[in-house]
Amino acid sequence: MNKTVLHAKHLEAGAKMVDFFGWDMPINYGSQIEEHHAVRQDAGMFDVSHMTIVDVKGAQAKDYLRYLLANDVDKLQVKGKALYSGMINETGGVVDDLIVYFFDETNYRLVVNSATKQKDLDWLNQHASNFDVSITERDEFAMIAVQGPNAKAKAAELFSDAQKEAVADMKPFFGVQAEDLFIATTGYTGEAGYEIMVPNTQAGDFWDKLIAAGVTPCGLGARDTLRLEAGMNLYGQDMDETISPLAANMGWTIAWEPAERNFVGRKALESQRAQGTEQLIGLVMTEKGVLRAGQKVKVDGGEGVITSGTFSPTLGHAIAMARVPKPVGVTAEVELRKKWVTVNVVKPSFVRNGNSVL
Amino acid sequence: MSNIPAELRYATTHEWVRPEGDGIYTVGITEHAQDLLGDMVFVDLPDVDDEYGAGDDAAVAESVKAASDVYAPIGGTIVEVNEDLEDSPELVNSDPYGDGWLFKIKAEDEAEVNELLDAEGYAESIADE
Repeated sequence: MNKTVLHAKHLEAGAKMVDFFGWDMPINYGSQIEEHHAVRQDAGMFDVSHMTIVDVKGAQAKDYLRYLLANDVDKLQVKGKALYSGMINETGGVVDDLIVYFFDETNYRLVVNSATKQKDLDWLNQHASNFDVSITERDEFAMIAVQGPNAKAKAAELFSDAQKEAVADMKPFFGVQAEDLFIATTGYTGEAGYEIMVPNTQAGDFWDKLIAAGVTPCGLGARDTLRLEAGMNLYGQDMDETISPLAANMGWTIAWEPAERNFVGRKALESQRAQGTEQLIGLVMTEKGVLRAGQKVKVDGGEGVITSGTFSPTLGHAIAMARVPKPVGVTAEVELRKKWVTVNVVKPSFVRNGNSVL
Repeated sequence: MSNIPAELRYATTHEWVRPEGDGIYTVGITEHAQDLLGDMVFVDLPDVDDEYGAGDDAAVAESVKAASDVYAPIGGTIVEVNEDLEDSPELVNSDPYGDGWLFKIKAEDEAEVNELLDAEGYAESIADE
């Protein structure tokens, strides 16, 4: 089993460990719900070192990424700016979703999922053959996400003066290399905070100092309920190689213009757009019970399925994302354990910055 | 190592049973069970006067991770349910053998209690998992 450089720290903290796609990762350190609340109300941190950091450099780095990604890196004009995008296959399914950071037109950094690491690296290399680019995995870095309303202030206690200055006016969805740290205003929780890449050799010490600064270690359990409340997709659950991004609430990440930009999967996406696809909706159930992935959903357009569902610790009731055929009314029927229950249909976004957006 | 009180009896399905006298038994789930399930978010309890046979599903413990049936370890009639769990399901996590009890059942046949595991037997059964 793969272990991150922080593995010993998790065991030291009494974490319950699980096999996450071949990585021995903390699911919680005691209470998943308390960790969830720590992020919504104060500051929590996640070891996300299992995620894959890839640098794309070279004279044609920009052309390559404009061909590889459904979103258009030409939108990135300011140094450090980040973009969320899918990589789409020739049949219009999602190979993976990722964040790309722009440094200059010959220098980008990608962060892709861990569960799909080898597939992604193969995909990146396979499509690079006609471009003057180098693709380099940066596994000498650990990555720690520090998230929550007090996350930036607490993390800043560890920063040097130069690092503090580097992040001082940084807007959301930017990243900057500041001395030994790459500090980005990104995350997967719907809260403010940083994702910080730190050299493996310093990671354990950095983790300990964050604990001393009052940041709560949080496991993958809380990470999942936080991202779902924030309406963020999880690859492999809300979309995969067989699912159109148009059926996964990722339509906004497809840059159709300029029309002459050819990118991998464009033709398939255009025909999906013309034909219509299923859609990803949000579901809210205020009565007792929990919506869970795999449960059947009926809407006006027919039958679909819950892709992610959970009890929302912030809202105190069940929420879910479901992929269903159109049209969709204001309510849907969900098959719970032994009965069909009527639930409300909402946009797939439930909580932002600690507050309900329902 | 999980806490398994010696004075209780256990079902292999992770319920515990405590005699309260007059043929009434308090039922809950074990520390090991709550640990497997994780943070509890709802507990769906039976109604008072409901009748169950041993092994019937009588309650549902729903955690962040999964919904799990809780079985009546012995047959009988429900005489009381733990209404505190309505607002505080986390008691099942924090005090599984105390404030986190689920229901009290009046045994139909008290001999069924003798068919349950003792602490040692339950410890062995979870060690084999």
